[in-house]
Amino acid sequence: MSTAGHTASGAGRLRANDPKPEAPVSPGLKAVGGVAGWVDERTGAAKGVGYLMKKVFPDHWSFMLGEVAMYSMVICLLTGAFLTFWFVPSAGQVSYDGSYIPLRGMMMSEAYASTLDISFDIRGGLIIRQIHHWAALLFIVAISVHMLRVFFTGAFRKPREINWLIGAQLSMLALVEGFAGYSLPDDLLSGTGLRAAEGFMRSIPVIGSYVSYFVFNGPFPGESIIPRLYAVHVLLLPAILVGLFTAHIVLVALQKHTQFPGPGRTNENVVGYPVMPVYAAKAGGFFFIVFGVVALMSALVTINPIWAYGPYDPSPVTAGAQPDWYMGFADGALRLLPGFLEFEAFGFTFSFNVMIGAILLIPVMYGLLSLYPFLEQWVTGDKREHHLLDRPRNNPTRTALGMGAMTIYGVLMFAAGNDIMAIKLGLSINDITHFLRAAFFIAPPIVYWVTKRICLSLQRRDRDLVLHGRETGRIIRTAEGRFYEQHEPLDPYTRWNLVQHEQHQPLQLTAGTDEHGVAAPHARRERVRAKVSHFYFNDRVEPVTPAELEAAHHDGHHVEEIEQQEPGGAPLVEVAPSGSAESPDAAARHRH
Amino acid sequence: MNEHGTEHGDELADQGSAGFGSTAVRLDQGHIEGTGHLPVRFENPGMPPHIPRAADLDELAAKRAEKQVAAFFGISMLGTLVFLVAYFAIPMEAQVFLPGIGKANVSNIVLGVSLALGMLGIGIGAVHWAKTLMPDTEVVEERHPLRSGDEARRGFVSTVLNGGTDAQLDRRPLIKYSLGGALGLFALPMVLQVAGSLGPLPEDGLSKTPWKKGDRLVRDPEHTPIKATDVTLGSVFHVLPESIKDSKHVLEDKAKAAVLLMRLEPEIIQVAKERDWGYEGIVAYSKICTHVGCPVGLYEQQTHHLLCPCHQSTFDVTQDCKVIFGPAKRPLPQLKITVDDEGYLVADAPFREAVGPSFWERG
Repeated sequence: MSTAGHTASGAGRLRANDPKPEAPVSPGLKAVGGVAGWVDERTGAAKGVGYLMKKVFPDHWSFMLGEVAMYSMVICLLTGAFLTFWFVPSAGQVSYDGSYIPLRGMMMSEAYASTLDISFDIRGGLIIRQIHHWAALLFIVAISVHMLRVFFTGAFRKPREINWLIGAQLSMLALVEGFAGYSLPDDLLSGTGLRAAEGFMRSIPVIGSYVSYFVFNGPFPGESIIPRLYAVHVLLLPAILVGLFTAHIVLVALQKHTQFPGPGRTNENVVGYPVMPVYAAKAGGFFFIVFGVVALMSALVTINPIWAYGPYDPSPVTAGAQPDWYMGFADGALRLLPGFLEFEAFGFTFSFNVMIGAILLIPVMYGLLSLYPFLEQWVTGDKREHHLLDRPRNNPTRTALGMGAMTIYGVLMFAAGNDIMAIKLGLSINDITHFLRAAFFIAPPIVYWVTKRICLSLQRRDRDLVLHGRETGRIIRTAEGRFYEQHEPLDPYTRWNLVQHEQHQPLQLTAGTDEHGVAAPHARRERVRAKVSHFYFNDRVEPVTPAELEAAHHDGHHVEEIEQQEPGGAPLVEVAPSGSAESPDAAARHRH
Repeated sequence: MNEHGTEHGDELADQGSAGFGSTAVRLDQGHIEGTGHLPVRFENPGMPPHIPRAADLDELAAKRAEKQVAAFFGISMLGTLVFLVAYFAIPMEAQVFLPGIGKANVSNIVLGVSLALGMLGIGIGAVHWAKTLMPDTEVVEERHPLRSGDEARRGFVSTVLNGGTDAQLDRRPLIKYSLGGALGLFALPMVLQVAGSLGPLPEDGLSKTPWKKGDRLVRDPEHTPIKATDVTLGSVFHVLPESIKDSKHVLEDKAKAAVLLMRLEPEIIQVAKERDWGYEGIVAYSKICTHVGCPVGLYEQQTHHLLCPCHQSTFDVTQDCKVIFGPAKRPLPQLKITVDDEGYLVADAPFREAVGPSFWERG
């Protein structure tokens, strides 16, 4: 019983200076207050929870990507818990006697047999299994796209570097978690994947064969790998994932979500909707939407039909062996790496053709990814907090670097499908592989360059729009017979989106002299830093300043006067002197 | 473009404004701030005017929205009901043909679709409710610097340092260093236990296969011996050693001992050793890819190429299975074969080298 209720129901006032009885509360408030009061008296949670419920989140579709990842993780945890009730993580051989007739009487591991049972003999088992697999694939898709959003909008900048690192770890562990789960059913395809994984381990210099024997508890395949992967998949990694995820989300709440720039949005505020009631409904509802979409996919699209592959046997293999999509880039790297990278020296075998793609690629990729915020901070020397996101075009070099990196990933991903492409397109697999080997080196710089040019052009277009407004398509003829197209200036709110950003300037080494006038030699580090800064920010388009807009107005003044005379015409501020193709700079030059 | 920027800057500098983009910034400097009669930068115009929604102005529109939300929630309940009924009503083995999907399990489709409706109805309903009827006036929350105040930071540092002093850490180095040693070592037993007991040492496990001299070649999976006369030109046999039937570790032995048997015209075999180790053009090669160990399962009869389906390493059987394409480096090891008294193919010697993927001590 809450204290408020007690006072309200008290026996009225005994003394004149007693507090007046409070106004009667509504039944709803009383009910909520009753339960909440019971908890609050024992925890003091009302203040904190009340604060969280009033917390403001900014609105943007791209902020839902992280949500999709979060919800698919929850779906995986839920359906995964269900699956543990029927799955038997054992490599012990049994004779199958379930309802899937083609495999009846065959010897197979208990893991495979129980996965068949989930698919054919347990009511609703197949839908749960398919939801689990689809949600896992969606989990990694969502993490990846969320990470790209964070990268291209610069959300990783101070103070969010820690969360970027946590996110990178989450993403990498999600790959391992996915691979572990994919291997559990012990079907022919996943077993072949484990066979390859054993080959990867062997390629590690010095300790490779020991790693292989330790992981598999003896020669491949052994009977230990399934139960071991099971422990990793259902206990170890989920615990780490959930722990890291909790830290990730707590940091988001603590640091408050970033927001896109816009009128009224500053680096010192968050503009959006409160959790209660808007985000409770939107985000809560979104969980059901994600679950619903995954359920729909699982109902209509078969994923990983293990019954079609048969139980694992080291001897047979199916053509077109493909891993789940998220391992595609690593598999593609293995297909592209040339054999000459393996050699013998000092009586030992160095198998770099395998090791680079299978052992080094993923840690190196995530290592570079993790370092990026620190690299950029070093280049810009920017130690301020950033809560406003960048529009990707406004940081052309970062955007172009990101696109270049995605191109590398894309080439590797395509390489994983070189056999499928060869069959479906009727091309030579050798040609495809040679082409992709070349593309690995050639495509990223091209994509980098094109992206950067596109960004700069988009920025120039923004400038043009601010300086000259929108083309209305209305043509005005002057008394002398000259024609002008009427341009409508941007309203200040729209304009703000295009002029709000800051452009970094390249850092330059100054003629360094100490207080005695003696030339101070620059540290090598600083010279490198100046070079990198030049690489980043030498090509840049500055946002329009008020002075430039004023100059553009001044330039178009005589036209405006004519337009002002037009009956019913909106008061016009500015007009491009000769069409829209004019560069923004021309306007500034004209006024002299 | 950069030239343009510079031009701008110069012109603006004439006006007394800061040269935006004209001058580079010193390494120790931030951004250049300008002076002049116009502000250097545009100012944030503040929140745009709020535009009310139809449901805010028109009670009928709001009523409509209410009904739509309720309809979505209704669909959800319907979906859930269908699931509950279908769970019992639909036999698990019922199949149906759906255009675009093919033959599908009825139970899976109905359960999945009804589950999806149950979820989507709630989700879409809630989001629609939030978008049409819940407040859509944006709220501004102030941010505060994350950094603690100087006072608090100093307090934290002194608490830590005082803690050390109070514990006499600085006065008693013996404790400091012995504690460091103990903490540095204590985890080793746990690490040793798990790492040391994970598995046995490889010893010669990766180098040896079950093949031995005189072991008959048998078909996989039928386990029947093969007469040399059974192996016709262009045919390929998946082969295991006969001794595998007594093996206690069938899968482990299979993973090393799987062999492919092919017959070629002896004259197209280009390597003398290959011909010598075979029998009248019948040759046996390890089926385990030297790249990462997938079975090299695809044999092209016309070109005599073996292709690994995992990473497309291609081996030429006429050239002693040398790698002619793909990521593998080493040729597939050849098994020396001959025939026994009854005309069955047998191994004439164990594999001369380790089969399968490379490893450090392979040599």
